Amino acid sequence: MSNPQQLRFSKEHEWLSAADENGVATVGITEFAANSLGDVVYAQLPAVGDTVTAGESCGELESTKSVSDLFAPVTGEVVEANQDVVDDPALVNTAPFEGGWLFKVKITDEPDDLLSADDYTAFTAG
Amino acid sequence: MTEAPRRTALDALHRALGATMTDFAGWDMPLRYGSERDEHVAVRTRAGLFDLSHMGEITLTGPQAGRALDHALVGNLSALAVGRARYTMICNAEGGILDDLIVYRLADQEFMVVANASNAQVVLDALTERAAGFETDVRDDRENYALIAVQGPASPGILKSVTDADLDGLKYYAGLPGTVAGVSALIARTGYTGEDGFELFVAPGDAEKLWQALTEAGAEAGLVPCGLSCRDTLRLEAGMPLYGHELTTATTPFDAGLGRVVKFDKEGDFVGRAALQAAAERAASAPPRKLVGLIAQGRRVPRAGFAVTAGGEVVGEVTSGAPSPTLGKPIAIAYVDAAHAAPGTEGVCVDIRGTHEPYEVVALPFYKRER
Repeated sequence: MSNPQQLRFSKEHEWLSAADENGVATVGITEFAANSLGDVVYAQLPAVGDTVTAGESCGELESTKSVSDLFAPVTGEVVEANQDVVDDPALVNTAPFEGGWLFKVKITDEPDDLLSADDYTAFTAG
Repeated sequence: MTEAPRRTALDALHRALGATMTDFAGWDMPLRYGSERDEHVAVRTRAGLFDLSHMGEITLTGPQAGRALDHALVGNLSALAVGRARYTMICNAEGGILDDLIVYRLADQEFMVVANASNAQVVLDALTERAAGFETDVRDDRENYALIAVQGPASPGILKSVTDADLDGLKYYAGLPGTVAGVSALIARTGYTGEDGFELFVAPGDAEKLWQALTEAGAEAGLVPCGLSCRDTLRLEAGMPLYGHELTTATTPFDAGLGRVVKFDKEGDFVGRAALQAAAERAASAPPRKLVGLIAQGRRVPRAGFAVTAGGEVVGEVTSGAPSPTLGKPIAIAYVDAAHAAPGTEGVCVDIRGTHEPYEVVALPFYKRER
């Protein structure tokens, strides 16, 4: 698997796109995380208007075997949640970096330990 | 002390197939090869291939092998016909379940007991002790067998293409020796999926050859390799209990709704008889809890250990739960107080991380194949 170069990554296995001109970035989980979870069957995403805090739980992803917290990679206000994933959680497995994105957040603060694609690849290899 | 997990004879093959492995009862086993839901659906609609070599085989031979098993287990095994198999249990003196077992009568004086991997040593020790006064030898055969299962509606056709054995004459819960893909095997029509299927006990050295032959024979029918993850959801839908979940030393067969496996009318005493008689009366007159099925109205998945509630009070506990690929909803097996255990009981919930999610109470199983 390869991690897209234009994204940044948290050690909790979320990815974050580059923010647009309004400071809004897209968040998802990585292919590594999706493969580790197995088939995702239920996604509880933060609601539009929610404030999420970097490193804190903001939802959950449930797979056949387990439930995992979804952590916010940055702090900010949720401006959109991916209804396609709520309707068809398997998108997280089939297209984690594309159609399986989870929510969009208007960033107010971000931690300084987000990883580049290469550093994240090394992180998951170790 | 932690020991490195044991590997089956098919270990290299699993890794070559890209399996996600998991430690299960001290064995490194395939959890899934790709999507566990796809594997589940393959077994329900086509066929799946499983490595179950972690299961524990114990062989009893000798003129009193059947009598010894009658004493050691709750079933009436001396009455079992040669070539047939039976689902049974081994209990302690208090009636608590030590393991659930399948026993095959291979010959007049030869029985094979198949125990769960997690309990194989306990079962071996108990059988050895309990058989001591009988003319029988108890043999640990765990190292002598690999176990490959082919399960699903297409499995008879697939197996027929690689064996001359009379599969049409092989009933459910029967087993016969034969040759499959040039390999000597005990061919059993048993399984843990709720589908028609076969379990093939072979020498470990033959396992890879058999696996490859079945993979090729099943390719056209859509057979796929399957891991333990889908095995669990398959058995859960089929309402089959799993040791450590529905069955424990704290439960008797009657508590688990499986009192039918206890045969009081057999000859001689057996371990746990008195306690089991009391348990049978208790279950008939005033059952404390019953094993029921629960179907979610929402989408959050119940897990083992979650509380079952009604009106805010705890009325039971989930023993197994998973998203059901067949029903498209989360399901659970749970022990529930008798007052709330009737199918259709209103107001039953599962406490899922603090939220009481509504559930429908149903009779088990969730899924039964059409015959």
